[in-house]
Amino acid sequence: MPDPILRQQMELYRLMRLNRSLEERLVHLYRQGKVVGGLYRSLGQEATSVGSAAALEKGDVLGPLIRNLGAVLVMGYTPKEILLQHLGRAASPSGGKEGNLHFGRPERGVVSSISMLGALVPVMAGIALAARMERKRTVAMTYIGDGGTSTGAFHEGLNFAGVQKLPLVVIAENNGWAYSTPLRRQTAAKSLADRAAAYGIPGVSVDGNDVVAVYDAARTAFERPRSGGGPTLIEARTYRMRGHAEHDGQAYVPREELETWARRDPIDRHAERLLASGGVTAADLEAIDRRIGEELDRDVVEAERSPYPPARDAIADVYAGGATEAEDVFLRRRT
Amino acid sequence: MSPPTAGGGGTAIAHGETLYVDAIREALFEEMERDERVFVLGEDIGVYGGAFKVTDGLVDRFGEERVLDTPISETAIVGAAVGAAIGGLRPVAEMQFADFISCAFDMITNFAAKSRYRTGCGVPLVVRGPAGGGVHGGPFHSQNPEAYFAHTPGLKIVQPSTAHDAKGLLKAAIRDDDPVLYFEHKFLYRRVKEVLPREDYVVPIGKAAVRRTGRDLSILTYGAMVWTALDAARTLEAEGIDAEVIDLRTLFPLDEPTILASVTKTNRAIILHEATRTGGIGAEVAAILSERCFEALDAPVLRVTAPDTPVPFSPTLEEFFLPNAERVCRAARALIGY
Repeated sequence: MPDPILRQQMELYRLMRLNRSLEERLVHLYRQGKVVGGLYRSLGQEATSVGSAAALEKGDVLGPLIRNLGAVLVMGYTPKEILLQHLGRAASPSGGKEGNLHFGRPERGVVSSISMLGALVPVMAGIALAARMERKRTVAMTYIGDGGTSTGAFHEGLNFAGVQKLPLVVIAENNGWAYSTPLRRQTAAKSLADRAAAYGIPGVSVDGNDVVAVYDAARTAFERPRSGGGPTLIEARTYRMRGHAEHDGQAYVPREELETWARRDPIDRHAERLLASGGVTAADLEAIDRRIGEELDRDVVEAERSPYPPARDAIADVYAGGATEAEDVFLRRRT
Repeated sequence: MSPPTAGGGGTAIAHGETLYVDAIREALFEEMERDERVFVLGEDIGVYGGAFKVTDGLVDRFGEERVLDTPISETAIVGAAVGAAIGGLRPVAEMQFADFISCAFDMITNFAAKSRYRTGCGVPLVVRGPAGGGVHGGPFHSQNPEAYFAHTPGLKIVQPSTAHDAKGLLKAAIRDDDPVLYFEHKFLYRRVKEVLPREDYVVPIGKAAVRRTGRDLSILTYGAMVWTALDAARTLEAEGIDAEVIDLRTLFPLDEPTILASVTKTNRAIILHEATRTGGIGAEVAAILSERCFEALDAPVLRVTAPDTPVPFSPTLEEFFLPNAERVCRAARALIGY
């Protein structure tokens, strides 16, 4: 494939497929009781994560949420690391201290979210602020769900970023549901992009299930601060095809909505586009799928063999250079 | 160190002496000179110089980028500071009053405090602000919020009682690789002063100071109450009671060796703090004494604290609310007579 654009579009396909296939492996492990804690899917939302993160440049910083597995893969975290993280193993990115996609290191271009939604918006504004003070070209990008846009932190962070014209891009993933709460009970606004007007920044809406549309919108938003403009809020309209987590059968979701959105599946749509381009055959795509499957086979075996952290790691690294004294001094003295 | 002056505000400054408030500014100034990663952000801290003028003049020297005026958004102030710290800088976030730190609670307790443990990424952040009463600030401009945060592993909490420590502890906080909450006592801003060392110095975090040595009982305290304790100790001395005064300085983690050394020597302890009683720092100190030097105690451990109420506004009410030397003396006499 000599065509660089086609090659890039194939890579977007590969990343979305990897996102989905890896999650399918995690579901399997979850049903076997091997995943520690809950499992949060991004089924149907892969284009939003992959398309936006793929538009980042080297040196940019990403703040992913729990449904942004695709974005984390784009940033170079490996499927094996993701598996280890969900299995709570010592070699996982958080060393077993954290679960799901709660990990990140600035040197790898990723800042970990916390469970308090909205919190990453001001923090990523701070990342953008630091980068600007150091005269870097860095853009900071983070996500927020439709539910998360109701938090004070989201408002404070975007308002501050707007005032400071910071190189920050926030992707509001409107997937219709915050746990069981539908969008209409979250906000009276017609579009999450409308919120941008309050901060004096551009707000755009994009088809979140079209990976190329998401990529293009993100790319445009990233160019603004690099040429002196400020933040952008992008609403990516998508749909949460599974419950809040795997325990949630999402009985509250109308079946017809799921059927409608299933027909808009982001991977199917992108595959059709690639095939229609004439430069790609079904066999090419199948080869990608097969290779991903083979690699995941190996990763799952290796991850399951990987040891848990030693118990005393529980008291390590609360502060720089020291463990916390967790033992009862009185009892230790007596025994 | 010279004791607080009575009355409302300013104090005459003898040649070479530095007020507590100016010592804080000196620390900021010198750290910003020393390390270009250090910057300050908060409400009205730039041209206006801060509600208490702590940052007065900094913007003239360091510019608006490093002395950053923000919207009224404590979550954004501390959140952006957390992000900047993760991004490699050394932010000092100002809360206009320490009371407003509640608006940034999540950023401090869930983001900054847990980051190193969860992700291996330290957050070298200082959040500072004026705490404490005695200036008729009422329920929302007088609080001592340290105990909310002393229950959060990953944080460090300091409170200076002298101009020397105000400067040295802030420098230590800025150079620390973990998040530090620095509560300065607004009653002391223009009431205590002393001649500071010419050379660069820090007051190490985690080390208490013995303000007065004594044999008969230990008064363990911090912040403005150090001066109340010293007042009480003078009264007690006239009665033949020799009190030791320990200034905790760091409230989390506590300096257990200094606490234990003092009480093991004096065999009696009063914990004095301006913050309210239940679940305060005093409760933790009492637990340490009970666990670690029970056999050394000749009497119960007593607390002298504010009552479990909001901070009242009217002078008669606030005077009743705040611990004073007389109450400390009463507690001391009770312990000696036990």
